[in-house]
Amino acid sequence: MTCVAEKTYIEAIRDGIREEMRRDERVMILGEDVGAKGGVFGVTEGLQKEFGEARVLDSPLAESLIVGVAIGAAMNGLRPIAEIQFQDFIMPAVDQIISEAAKMRYRSNGDWGVPMVVRSPFGGGVHGALYHSQSIEAIFAHIPGLRVVVPSNPYDAKGMIISALRDPDPVLYFEHKRCYRAIKGEVPDGEYTVPLDRARVVREGEDIALFSYGMMVHTSLEAADRLAADGFSCEVVDLRSLRPFDRPAIVASARKCGKVLIVQEANLAVSVASEVAAIIAEDCFDSLDAPVMRLGGPEIPAMPFSPPLEQFYLVTPNKVEAKLRELAAY
Amino acid sequence: MSIPAQAPGQVAATSPVSKEHALELLRSMLRIRRFEERCVELYSEARIRGFLHLYIGEEAIAAGVMPALQSDDPIVSTYREHGHALARGIPMNAVMAEMFGKVQGCSHGRGGSMHLFDAATRFYGGSAIVGGGLPLAVGVGLGELMQQRHTVTASFFGDGAVAEGEFHECLNLAALWKLPVLFLCENNRYAMGTAIERALANVDVTAKAAAYNIAAEAVDGMDVLAVEDATRRAADAVRNDGPRLIEFHTYRYRAHSMYDPELYRSKEEVERWRDYDPLVTFPAQLRALGYLDDVSLTAIEHEIAVEIDAAIAYADAGTLEPVSDLTRFVYSETRPA
Repeated sequence: MTCVAEKTYIEAIRDGIREEMRRDERVMILGEDVGAKGGVFGVTEGLQKEFGEARVLDSPLAESLIVGVAIGAAMNGLRPIAEIQFQDFIMPAVDQIISEAAKMRYRSNGDWGVPMVVRSPFGGGVHGALYHSQSIEAIFAHIPGLRVVVPSNPYDAKGMIISALRDPDPVLYFEHKRCYRAIKGEVPDGEYTVPLDRARVVREGEDIALFSYGMMVHTSLEAADRLAADGFSCEVVDLRSLRPFDRPAIVASARKCGKVLIVQEANLAVSVASEVAAIIAEDCFDSLDAPVMRLGGPEIPAMPFSPPLEQFYLVTPNKVEAKLRELAAY
Repeated sequence: MSIPAQAPGQVAATSPVSKEHALELLRSMLRIRRFEERCVELYSEARIRGFLHLYIGEEAIAAGVMPALQSDDPIVSTYREHGHALARGIPMNAVMAEMFGKVQGCSHGRGGSMHLFDAATRFYGGSAIVGGGLPLAVGVGLGELMQQRHTVTASFFGDGAVAEGEFHECLNLAALWKLPVLFLCENNRYAMGTAIERALANVDVTAKAAAYNIAAEAVDGMDVLAVEDATRRAADAVRNDGPRLIEFHTYRYRAHSMYDPELYRSKEEVERWRDYDPLVTFPAQLRALGYLDDVSLTAIEHEIAVEIDAAIAYADAGTLEPVSDLTRFVYSETRPA
């Protein structure tokens, strides 16, 4: 019988990686401090001890190299995980991700694929200031050839890292750093998979469909609870995959409720919320009872350290609640 | 800017060369030269479109490197890779069809001149991103090592890529992890139109390798025997002892690509380098050795012309990818259960 235990999000990711490394000797990890230190947040803690230095490789501080080497290794029979310490630091590797990983299968006409996972934490609210707080997932969600996923809870975190490691194409697996220790949940022992391209309805409702991902799912759930007391029922959808989007799931919930709020931590222009809104505009026009609304960060280049400015940046349950009430009254 | 009196090769060929092998090398160089000359004609007839970067002048490198590698040694190439592809053994038909953008091309017509791929010969692609292939080669080499395959991954790049950060990151890591990668710098003195002296504070690429504890050698890239000899020695060293670098001094006689008025160099400079054209000097050497005469040269030329004609006919007869296939291979067509 499968044993189920309550675990943190970070433990669940590690469990998934460990399961897959035990099952598949092609799986390896490279990145800054992934070995001896166990990762900047501790995701890979203990893995070098269990699997050795040949499979958990501490690499030099060179993000383009880390990802580029992972791509080459993936094209040549391995299943690498490239860890980038913070999503903010991924920029030097963007050329490798977009020019090489995303296009390799297409331009080699299927001769080579890149079964690689790039893991990286994102998100603010941790006093990380300008370069330890960003949410730049939309950059990658724009690129055909990539898969972009963001688990919001420990069950999905484990099942999706295992799926990502079995996927034949490059997967960017983004972890909201506020989820790491704050979000706990039941995680079965042993291996199981969660699909990489399916959204999930985490709370059923009738009046307003709320779309979000990562930490914002929890923020949205809290706001939805508050409205329930007043008789408004919100359907909360965890997008989980930002490339490809689960279009049928998005359309189904939007049609069902007729009112839509999309919540993300990133700034709104040309973002995940923009695309979800566009899908709904295209496919749900006749079902809408109110304008599609979006809630996200302001249009400033980075999250400031200054406590009131950081607080202003963040999407909180209060802000979501206010938007929901606006929609409810429409 | 000073022009060297001669190609600054440092190593003379030491191994004796048989007549048969010498003629193979000549044939290989000539095959690349004639292929590209026909490509220029086809380009002016608009049968080949887009960007076309010619290897003319640099053929001794591809022709000398490939016989020194094993057939299972992976190769990562650049956008100036027709010569690498042909010398490696990708069928000329498939290369020409790719130039025409046909389905029968080695990249299904999706890549064209700059993006030749071929799994059968472990040819991991030409690529238009300068320096972008270097981390891939290091990763492929890591894969070879982890899967206990005793190969050498050959990574071609030009002097332009030496200015990219990835070059330095890759040399560092390959040396640090003792990866079986052979770095092959084709230094043709120009990054597009920028002379190496105007781009690099230190133009000695072997010195950069030395800074990362990689043994390196500068070789006359216009001398096919020197290229082959140096590659053989370096490849042996890589198999047993980690990365090596060879800097081949070479020269491209043609423009960077088809749209390039060559304002950055003088006609005199190009003419001076013509004295070192491997397709002038090597045949002369072979004639002196009694390996080659007009009859045998004509025979080789004829064989090549026949092969090229056949390749053009093959490419002409080829089909274009239907638009209905546009989205194939964005992602894998086989997904895990």
